Amino acid sequence: MMKADRTELSLIGVAIAVAIAAQFSPNWLVFTLTLAISTGLVVMGVVMLMRAGLVSFGQGLFYCLGGYAVGLGGRFLGITDALVLIGLGVVATVAIAMILGLLVTRYREIFFAMLSLAFSMILYGILVKSHGLGSTDGFGVVDWTLLWFDSETSDGANMALMLAIAVALVIALFLNRYFKSSIGLACEAIRENEVRVEYMGISRQQILYINYVIAAAIGSVGGSMTALAAGHVDPTMAYWTISGEFVFIAILGGTGHVAAPFIAALIFTLVRTYAVELAPNAWQMILGIVLLLIILFLPKGIWSLFTRKKGAAS
Amino acid sequence: MTEILKTEGLSRYFGAVTAAEDINVTITEGEIVGVIGSNGAGKTTFINMVTGYLPPSKGVISFDGKPIKGLGPRKLMRKGLTRSFQIPQLFLELPVIDNLSIALAAAEHKQFQMLRPVHTPERLKAAEEILEQMHITEYRDEMVTAMPQGARKLLDIAIAMLGNPRMLLLDEPTSGVSMEEKYTLMDTVMEAVRARGLTVLFVEHDMEIVQRYVTRVLAFASGVVIKDGPVDEVLADEQVQELVTGKQHKPAATGGDA
Repeated sequence: MMKADRTELSLIGVAIAVAIAAQFSPNWLVFTLTLAISTGLVVMGVVMLMRAGLVSFGQGLFYCLGGYAVGLGGRFLGITDALVLIGLGVVATVAIAMILGLLVTRYREIFFAMLSLAFSMILYGILVKSHGLGSTDGFGVVDWTLLWFDSETSDGANMALMLAIAVALVIALFLNRYFKSSIGLACEAIRENEVRVEYMGISRQQILYINYVIAAAIGSVGGSMTALAAGHVDPTMAYWTISGEFVFIAILGGTGHVAAPFIAALIFTLVRTYAVELAPNAWQMILGIVLLLIILFLPKGIWSLFTRKKGAAS
Repeated sequence: MTEILKTEGLSRYFGAVTAAEDINVTITEGEIVGVIGSNGAGKTTFINMVTGYLPPSKGVISFDGKPIKGLGPRKLMRKGLTRSFQIPQLFLELPVIDNLSIALAAAEHKQFQMLRPVHTPERLKAAEEILEQMHITEYRDEMVTAMPQGARKLLDIAIAMLGNPRMLLLDEPTSGVSMEEKYTLMDTVMEAVRARGLTVLFVEHDMEIVQRYVTRVLAFASGVVIKDGPVDEVLADEQVQELVTGKQHKPAATGGDA
């Protein structure tokens, strides 16, 4: 119990610290941070599935749905409030995930991975063919508001970051509890041994379904935040390489802690930014080498650096 | 004496192979029944059919007077019929305390929670009591991978006994356990069984274990029950000696292979 409280306090502390530090940061860093936090949210969904032993190569589906909900809600429904737009994305995503979940939670391993990939590529295909929505170019997100602030008159980038931090904090606090709850532990139990789970009288299907839908909803929030920060959405959000990036970041961070995906997402975004600057034609290779080193030396992800230090101290 | 488990004409075929044929068994509440037979005699097929792991080709199984054929492990477990496994089925990469906590949460038969921690003080206390009863307290915070086979068997059986079951099926509880450990393991298990008043059906290869802990024996050979009765009577039967225990076993030999 003590430990849980400490994690929550440190999460809140870090969120406040980042929010304050952002006030003195250059604009590019504020923007990068916002994107990293948004990406971190989607990766949280991937991590939730990984804890249950499933690897999704289609989390981009929900990322894209969240993004397009923001774009479409602003454009066709005239909604400008960011929270309402995010909520719209969550509702749409949960509705779709509840249908897809019935099917995909019956599959494991490569079959789950490929099936999730297939669904996200279907959305990609539909969006590419939708000329009214800008086809491969996508379209711009309307200027949004947040409660009584306006992203045009106020400092938009800063506002997006504050929103991202607040949303990420709430989700991180929730997931920190979720991972220690009976459903959260049941997911790990399913990963470890499905036969035993079944003989305990637990419905694997039900647990995986709930987990899948929540992961989708969080992915949608990440997509919405990205759309709000970047001011643009396009079909590549659902493309499989984007989903692959989420898996990459999830492995980079590890599944050990709720903060890991955010740290990994930040490292990923920064490495990519600098790699592109230093070696415009070889940045993928640099990312590949980084992942290789992580898998070789930190198989449980970057977070194991922290736990190792704690182990040595005690 | 009320009957708790009854099978009538239970059969299972795998293509042309007969794994079990016309098994008629009635077990009354509180009995400790041993199931013996050489490899491939149909013991595990029988257990698997009774626990819903394998659908029977023919026949009726009733538990507590109601038919249970076709019910999956989940529903059977909720009716009070549980099992342990020959190879312990545990969550290897999770701590022992988590294995028990999740099992205890499941045994409550309530909707799982999303926000309340699985480690409630009551569950931790219950888990610690079980660890003590099974004499495996030392592994409380270890991963299951750090436990020796005997301790894993005990944990597997302990998990099967959660949630007030009425009948427990033990699939070779002493296989893979060293000679010295066997009796302490069985003593621990039987003590827990008696404390809970469970009916037990257990598959066993070791005849000394069978003689020591069981009141009644079902002897299987080639998919049929060739003998059903009190331990001494069954073990003294010529056909059983020939097909199951092996002739040379007749003089109550000490030792023997595991």
